[in-house]
Amino acid sequence: MDQNKNTAFKNLINQPYKYGFTTEIETEKIARGLSQDVVSLISEKKNEPDFMLEFRQKAFRKWNEMKEPDWSLLKYEPTKYQDVIYYSAPKLKKKLNSLDEVDPELRETFDKLGISLNEQKRLSNVAVDAVFDSVSIATTFKKDLAKAGVIFCPISEAIEKYPNLVKRYLGTVIPSGDNFFTALNSAVFSDGSFCFIPKNTKCPLELSTYFRINDKESGQFERTLIVAEKNSHVSYLEGCTAPQYDENQLHAAIVELIAFENAEIKYSTVQNWYAGDKDGIGGIYNFVTKRGLCSGKNSKISWTQVETGSAVTWKYPSCVLVGDNAVGEFYSVALTNNYQQADTGTKMIHVGKNTASKIISKGISAGNSKNTYRGLVRINPKASNSKNYTQCDSLLLGQTSRANTIPYIQVSNSSSKVEHEASTSKIGEEQLFYFLQRGIKIEDAISLILSGFCQEIFHELPMEFAVEADKLLSLKLEGSVG
Amino acid sequence: MLQIEDLHVKIDETEILQGLNLSIKPGEIHAIMGPNGSGKSTLSKTIAGHPSYEITQGKIMYNNEELNELEPDQRSHLGVFLGFQYPLEIPGVSNEDFLRLAYNSKLKSEGKEEIDPLQFLQFLIEKMNLIDMDLKFLNRNVNEGFSGGEKKKNEILQMALLDSSLGILDEMDSGLDIDALKVISEAINKVFSKEKSLLLITHYTRLLDYIKPDYVHVMRNGKIIKTGDISLANELEEKGYEWVV
Repeated sequence: MDQNKNTAFKNLINQPYKYGFTTEIETEKIARGLSQDVVSLISEKKNEPDFMLEFRQKAFRKWNEMKEPDWSLLKYEPTKYQDVIYYSAPKLKKKLNSLDEVDPELRETFDKLGISLNEQKRLSNVAVDAVFDSVSIATTFKKDLAKAGVIFCPISEAIEKYPNLVKRYLGTVIPSGDNFFTALNSAVFSDGSFCFIPKNTKCPLELSTYFRINDKESGQFERTLIVAEKNSHVSYLEGCTAPQYDENQLHAAIVELIAFENAEIKYSTVQNWYAGDKDGIGGIYNFVTKRGLCSGKNSKISWTQVETGSAVTWKYPSCVLVGDNAVGEFYSVALTNNYQQADTGTKMIHVGKNTASKIISKGISAGNSKNTYRGLVRINPKASNSKNYTQCDSLLLGQTSRANTIPYIQVSNSSSKVEHEASTSKIGEEQLFYFLQRGIKIEDAISLILSGFCQEIFHELPMEFAVEADKLLSLKLEGSVG
Repeated sequence: MLQIEDLHVKIDETEILQGLNLSIKPGEIHAIMGPNGSGKSTLSKTIAGHPSYEITQGKIMYNNEELNELEPDQRSHLGVFLGFQYPLEIPGVSNEDFLRLAYNSKLKSEGKEEIDPLQFLQFLIEKMNLIDMDLKFLNRNVNEGFSGGEKKKNEILQMALLDSSLGILDEMDSGLDIDALKVISEAINKVFSKEKSLLLITHYTRLLDYIKPDYVHVMRNGKIIKTGDISLANELEEKGYEWVV
């Protein structure tokens, strides 16, 4: 394309990150670095019972003996773990009795992010838990949820109020020593969300947690635990943003889901962490372990993710299908631009009979970015008559972006069926010329092509967020073909 | 009207058009014929503003506006339509959405309000009926899995929808059997009116049996080397391109 157009394209790609502002607020931080003492200090600050302190210390010991994994296709400056601050919390003036008492600065921050903590202005049927740096600021609609018997609160509060529930389930799906990052998280996690849906209950609201990293030097380690008892149903959405800094910030989260007999958990993520600038400076390192256990018969866990942010993404939301007839699903759109790198996908482990899994992954790479789908489908010997369907589509924009698809398929019985389809296409100059010739602006053309490409995934998102996700993608990519 | 003067065009470093002149008035149908590689398709893409073709000399005027520096979408809004020899497939994008976006983009460029999907559908169905096109093509993805004839018909539908005043149709007849050719020609004739003009790019005379041109030009080595009426086409058919040289 000619020079003029190239410039126009570049201006469009380099749309400023809308959420890159910083909130000025007094925080309480602890000294940099990680040690047994720091772990104890975090536990103490949070007034935790002994079992939590032990949980953390055990994890820390494991972490000390582990090495950061290097098998992914990601290349990044290693994090200096002793330079990270492991606890940072906005100084709260007093204990909050109601949402009206939330610090105006914080309320404004979340308003700017489009997350209203005001229940009157509630987004249609969504209860929000807002997490700012290491702590949960506010949870809306607690009362409405309590009426239905649903517990939705910060995990720190759950540890205090429902220690038995937490003790029973925490770390059962993702043991602390699962990998380097889970050991780290288990040692130092500061907050996150806890949801418990009692049996025979359909959660009356969409649950949502909104994570905001604000502090420049602190890592964010949240932990989410969702338990759906027999015959229950819940839909949960997670959103995230961070300010724009030149340095990389560490985010290592854990999400554990447990679905009992006939229970269904639908977990959706719209990830929009700061991705670094056009030259690849700054941005979040996102090392996340998410796993769901379908423990009961006919249980179902469905992951939907729209990954647009982060400088580096390392994330494989997985399902372990233990109960007979259990269903696991993974729907993903991963978009990378500039120098972003994503190594993401899923694991579907079939243990029970007649279990089924479905994987639909859409990767979009632009600029100089690298986008890898990595997925494991394992069908164990006793998982007879199980089936998997996998579809991985990659869309390339421009000449310098890259896409990889790395499937691992292990089938150990002969009655099961695994299907894998993959495609790579490119938004080419000729395709765009066709749109332009019909009088359609290049931005509109790309946005229409992308919506079409991602349609199957957006269908899976709760409605309010599908529209947002669609807009987000277009905004991030407009004009990145040159 | 379209006025092309001394047009020189290169792609990469090769000069393809080497001083081409052409003038088309409203109500006229022109046909450009010529052997492969004579520059016919280059001419059509250059008028439409394809970014790979660079104008090194000369100018293209349309209704007193110079097109040389305009973007393809701006040219489209001025009434220039290019019917593609190989219309592109756009996976995941429904034909109806594509057509509506094109139509609304045009309305917007004229400072008019966009039309809502229901109103648009009504309007679109009229146009489809006019050219006898099956409504099932609305819900399918743009050109995906369309036969050669269906793709070409979809092009004519777009020309009708945008009500373009200059239709440049690049090898509309290629890949069509005689029945499909008749159907397409009929559709083109229905969309044409005396306020509009057509430039038909073709290899063979058979298209011209159905759409009667006022002028026939023969291209060779990036220039128009001979102009005449339909009898020139017939003579070419008999004697081949070597005869003109």
